[in-house]
Amino acid sequence: MSTHDEHGMPPLSAEVTPDDLARAAAHSRRAFLFKLSLALNGVVGAFMAVPILGYILGPALRKTSSYNFWVALGSVTEFPAGQTRMAEFVNPVTGVSDGMTAKVACWVRHIEDQKFQVFAINCAHLGCPVRWFEQSRLFLCPCHGGAYYEDGSRASGPPERGLFQYDYTIANGKLMIHAGAMPTLANEACNQKKPLTQIQTPAVDGMAGSAGKEV
Amino acid sequence: MANAKKNNPSVAGKTLAWFDHRLGLLKPAMEAAEHPTPERSASWWYVFGSAATVLLVLQVMTGILLALVYTPSAAEAWNSLQFLNHNVTLGWFLRAMHGWGSDFMIAIVLIHLVQVFMFGAYKFPRELTWIVGVFLLVLTLGMAFTGQVLRFDQDAYWGLGIGASITSRIPFIGDPMVHMLLGGPIIGGATLSHFFALHVFVIPGILLALVGLHVWMVLRLGINEWPMPGRIVNKATYEREYHETTEKTGIPFVPGAAWKDAVFAAAIILSVMACAWFLGPIGPTGQPDPTIIQTSPRPDYAFLWLFAVLAYLPPELETPFIFIAPALAIGAMLALPLLFGEGEKHWSRRPVAVVMVTVIAVALGVFTHLGMHEPWSPVMNAWSGDAIPAAYLKNRSPLERQGALVLQNKQCRDCHALGGVGGQRGPALDGVANRLTEDQLIRQVLQGGGNMPAYGKALSPAETHALVSFLETLRGKDEPPAEDYSRKLANSGAMQVSHVPAYLSVH
Repeated sequence: MSTHDEHGMPPLSAEVTPDDLARAAAHSRRAFLFKLSLALNGVVGAFMAVPILGYILGPALRKTSSYNFWVALGSVTEFPAGQTRMAEFVNPVTGVSDGMTAKVACWVRHIEDQKFQVFAINCAHLGCPVRWFEQSRLFLCPCHGGAYYEDGSRASGPPERGLFQYDYTIANGKLMIHAGAMPTLANEACNQKKPLTQIQTPAVDGMAGSAGKEV
Repeated sequence: MANAKKNNPSVAGKTLAWFDHRLGLLKPAMEAAEHPTPERSASWWYVFGSAATVLLVLQVMTGILLALVYTPSAAEAWNSLQFLNHNVTLGWFLRAMHGWGSDFMIAIVLIHLVQVFMFGAYKFPRELTWIVGVFLLVLTLGMAFTGQVLRFDQDAYWGLGIGASITSRIPFIGDPMVHMLLGGPIIGGATLSHFFALHVFVIPGILLALVGLHVWMVLRLGINEWPMPGRIVNKATYEREYHETTEKTGIPFVPGAAWKDAVFAAAIILSVMACAWFLGPIGPTGQPDPTIIQTSPRPDYAFLWLFAVLAYLPPELETPFIFIAPALAIGAMLALPLLFGEGEKHWSRRPVAVVMVTVIAVALGVFTHLGMHEPWSPVMNAWSGDAIPAAYLKNRSPLERQGALVLQNKQCRDCHALGGVGGQRGPALDGVANRLTEDQLIRQVLQGGGNMPAYGKALSPAETHALVSFLETLRGKDEPPAEDYSRKLANSGAMQVSHVPAYLSVH
């Protein structure tokens, strides 16, 4: 751009210094058009960024609650009172290529009558699958040795809290849980203040903190 | 080749000239190959960077070959790996080369890093070369983690669970970040596709571009001279001195130094092939079925130290540590050349550097070793699999033997070893009666404490009584049981005579 432009510039005169020439070249029509073309591409890029970011951030922009639905774990009679058993369900939100990973496991503890606790399989420490030991009435995690009592409360090890719990309800003799997103500290910690069960009536929402409610 | 072109304009020479007239690459390539290298730097210590590059090329090649068969779908990936292992001719070998190649690459990159650090090669004017190198290290580890996910087995599945759980600890945006990582609400098809795109397109693209930049800067700035104690790097004079020395005493990189790089690269590739041939492909372990929980997920060796650290950190320190420590570590590495760009290069004049490398290496080694053995994890089948040593049951009363049964049945062995067998989460129980009195044993069993859960609800009074009777027998031969002195006093009645000091009531 610093070289003299024969077509776009007025003829040299004594008063014109090389500095002026350079400044003039920087403001020539070609320079202007070049800058304009850059600006145009900047605008096009910004337009293009919107759908691209929307696509990439799509999963993040969706609320966790929008992933959660009521899922049947099976008939209540499959879970004898006083026992803790593993149950599995197909995640309510799945993709075409999920295969066996669409399945989710959880622990169902039938306390008595209509009282249940449904625990996430994922350890509250780092998400590894906890195992139930009937004899010692403990859940143990194979990764870092977290241990939980049968009511899901923390017994020992690195977890900061007890096992994550799904909200449940009993409908037509079936045990239903509200599930859909992998339980983690980020979404379960919120649950203690705000229940997952947005589809329930406000009256029931008022009972938020207590697991073991029924509809 | 230049001679051949001049003296004998053969067909090959003419063809070369035809191409080079259009490409113009011959001259710069020759210049790069023959750039002067400080004579002592043509050393076996300087071969690791080129070896890492050669391994990267190997990974790209074997990766492309694997992609011919591998199916990046959560429903198919595991089966396609089995197909590669068992049905595709030499598929197992290609998988093994790629797996072992990645292990070698991390090792060589780390050795390269330590060598560059110890030789002070990050100092002026090679600060940016080091900074790009730090990003290359992070990207290499990123390749290792994403690659481990593509081996879509149980370990990969639960490894992703660990990744998601760590991500969920990010303050405020943890939840959306988890969904970004997983590509949806759960670990599934979208997760694998995400990691496939990262492993195959995004990270290798950046990696190759940065390697280009890294090598370009090595050529432009010259290979680091052999450090000498007392030879100080000074920004005002360094470059002039370096060029004077290399022009006077330097040797052309090709062939003077390059032959060592080539020999080492060949040795490394042969080692990868030998590991692949004799040790075979790495995994896949069990299929990624979330309902099969009889698994002990463990990361690949590059991340074992982290796995161990996460087991030992106190819960309240964990979240800050996970996010602050890596940021500090990477930040410190990036800032290193900017803060210490001048001064001594030789290790004998940099004791802090030597101590740091030693401490970090030992720490990583110890944590990796612990990660392999997982002493913090309960041994899930010790209670049903490991017998109580017969000697511990000999001449015991029925009640004590009943207690031994309680010990097995209540899974105490999962965390406590007896006769050297069993879990290591809690202390071994041989000799527990030397340490704890009957009362203390009962309290510990019922209420737990330390790292032990309370068993009050899992044991009936009769079971507790039997268990503690058995534990009372676990002490060294001819060693007295632990005693509670105050109880002895209380039993003897001495406590009631309150005005007589205890030490006067001799029995």
